[in-house]
Amino acid sequence: MSEQVIISVGREFGSGGHEIAEKLAERFGFTMYDVNLLREIAVERNIDAASLEKYDEIPKKRFISRNVRGYSNSPEENIANLQFEYLQKKAKEGKSFVVVGRCSEAILKEYKGLISIFILADKSCKSERIMRLRNISKAEAEAVMHRHDKKRKEYHNYYCTGKWGDSRNYDISINSSKLGIDKTADYLESYIKERIKGL
Amino acid sequence: MAAQILAVIIFVVMFVMIITEKIERHIVTLGCGLLTLVLVFGVCMHSMGAIVETLNIHNIFTLDFWYQAGEASESSSGINWATIIFIAGMMVMVEGMAKAGFFRWLCMWLAKLVNYKTIPLFMTFMIMSAVLAMFIDSITVILFLAAVTVELAQLLRFNPIPMILAEIFCANLGGSATMCGDPPNIIIGTSLGYSFGDFISNTGLIAGISLVCIVIFFYFSFRKELKKNAAQAIDISSLPKPSEAIKDKRDFIISCVIFLVAVVMLITHAQTGLTVAFIGLFIALITLITSGKQALDIIKKVDYKTVLFFIGLFVVVGGLEQTGILEVVAAFIGNISGGNAMLMIAIIIWVSAIASAFVDNIPFAATMIPVIKSLSAVQGTDLSVLAWALSMGTDIGGSATPIGASANVVGTSVAAKEGYPIGWGTYCKKAVPATVIVLAVSTVCIFVRYF
Repeated sequence: MSEQVIISVGREFGSGGHEIAEKLAERFGFTMYDVNLLREIAVERNIDAASLEKYDEIPKKRFISRNVRGYSNSPEENIANLQFEYLQKKAKEGKSFVVVGRCSEAILKEYKGLISIFILADKSCKSERIMRLRNISKAEAEAVMHRHDKKRKEYHNYYCTGKWGDSRNYDISINSSKLGIDKTADYLESYIKERIKGL
Repeated sequence: MAAQILAVIIFVVMFVMIITEKIERHIVTLGCGLLTLVLVFGVCMHSMGAIVETLNIHNIFTLDFWYQAGEASESSSGINWATIIFIAGMMVMVEGMAKAGFFRWLCMWLAKLVNYKTIPLFMTFMIMSAVLAMFIDSITVILFLAAVTVELAQLLRFNPIPMILAEIFCANLGGSATMCGDPPNIIIGTSLGYSFGDFISNTGLIAGISLVCIVIFFYFSFRKELKKNAAQAIDISSLPKPSEAIKDKRDFIISCVIFLVAVVMLITHAQTGLTVAFIGLFIALITLITSGKQALDIIKKVDYKTVLFFIGLFVVVGGLEQTGILEVVAAFIGNISGGNAMLMIAIIIWVSAIASAFVDNIPFAATMIPVIKSLSAVQGTDLSVLAWALSMGTDIGGSATPIGASANVVGTSVAAKEGYPIGWGTYCKKAVPATVIVLAVSTVCIFVRYF
């Protein structure tokens, strides 16, 4: 494939978005970036990855943060910017890749090859999936789901003008509960193939 | 009464908006300053005199503003133009020095001097941070020092976080030693008519004693972490040479000379009669004249937002002053201390410190100056002692948290950008005890010396 393709996958917690992104990366033979992005940054700079990972996709704590001349004390904000810069660097190098979350649909918007996807799902399907994968009760699953989605939303909306999950910000938004994980991945694969033809 | 209520509301709104950072802080203070002029002085007080006094422009055109033959006097209330001109002037000088590569050269030269050994480097950088911050704003000091620390840490394979935390703390401590080291001190000095010599012989002495305690404290706190990789063999020849930091030899020499001239002028200003406003303007002009074609670049890099922030802030605080609110605050402090001067001093140091740990210490200090003036007038406590207590409280309190002072924000940010995030837990674990140590030393020093 000569043209650069960047597949950005935003997702609700429990929607299977991450799994779908993995399948797409495998089918197109692309590298996938999620939390491993920080590991790559850590290896490049010879630093401890664990110290970065704890701030991954965590919203900035506004009331205990301060900005001075464009510098912020917030580790969350600085780590987010490290990731954004890294993604920009990879995109600039002309690499094709799949990236999960991390405001990628907004920060890589200028790239012609960007295909932005948002995966959502019915609440019941999401909680059922979380219960199964984490072996927890329904109430716990819903609490986890609520907490994660709240964090992702806050994180996204702080750095981007467009709102998290708003279909107007993505090329395609799809409910994975209707077709299931595999068929949703199939559907998106054919959509991406059509888009690539037009690049 | 309406004017007082309105002045307080505007002040509180300003403070909240500065903390929330939804709008840039210079816009907040300028907007609130405008509201103070129109609503408090205009609509409620119908006082043109209060507006003129707060804007304080006439003061700039007096000889006293630039040259004071006798004892320095207290400035009138309102916008403290001397502070603003001095800060702007020093910003120009610092930009010129940075452009010439002065700070990076100094860091690399000192690192080479101690043979790139981690512990001596740690000690040297702490002391250098304190000494530089006595004359240059702590943001610039930390900006360069933290960047070089991370660079050296990667080359020498040590964790830069302990060193950066210690440097930040020492920059704030060094800033408290002189009149020009920290914005609260400049405001205190120019508002109350104290000289560089007054500060160095009072807060400077306390800061010096504190620095010794703090270097020992940080050494014992971080020695294990810093010694971790000390045994590894490092090829010194592969490390960057200090001379590589100098971008232009001529510019470098000029910036060193200007810096020395500024230091000499500040140290001797009580004797020469030259005010800090004069020194600020003179140093800025010399820097610009000697920079030639680069002058415009230097001016563009000056942080004009901070200058505007100060202007708006002084107007809002002027609103509180003119309406007599700060006298009420002073009376309250006087009452709870029951007229006991030692208790009053302790309250000022510790309350200022706690407040400065969480909110910007500049508006806090600007607000407290009329309060201590009033306290001194009513309770008869020596104004200078109250001023040193306020200075130490606001300057040192800011060290306790990552958001307490500008240097903390910049230092932790530089570290995080390089992949060394510093959370509140890591920061406060060492900074809070260090802050308590310095505040205790300050309280004891003031009690022993002045009572």
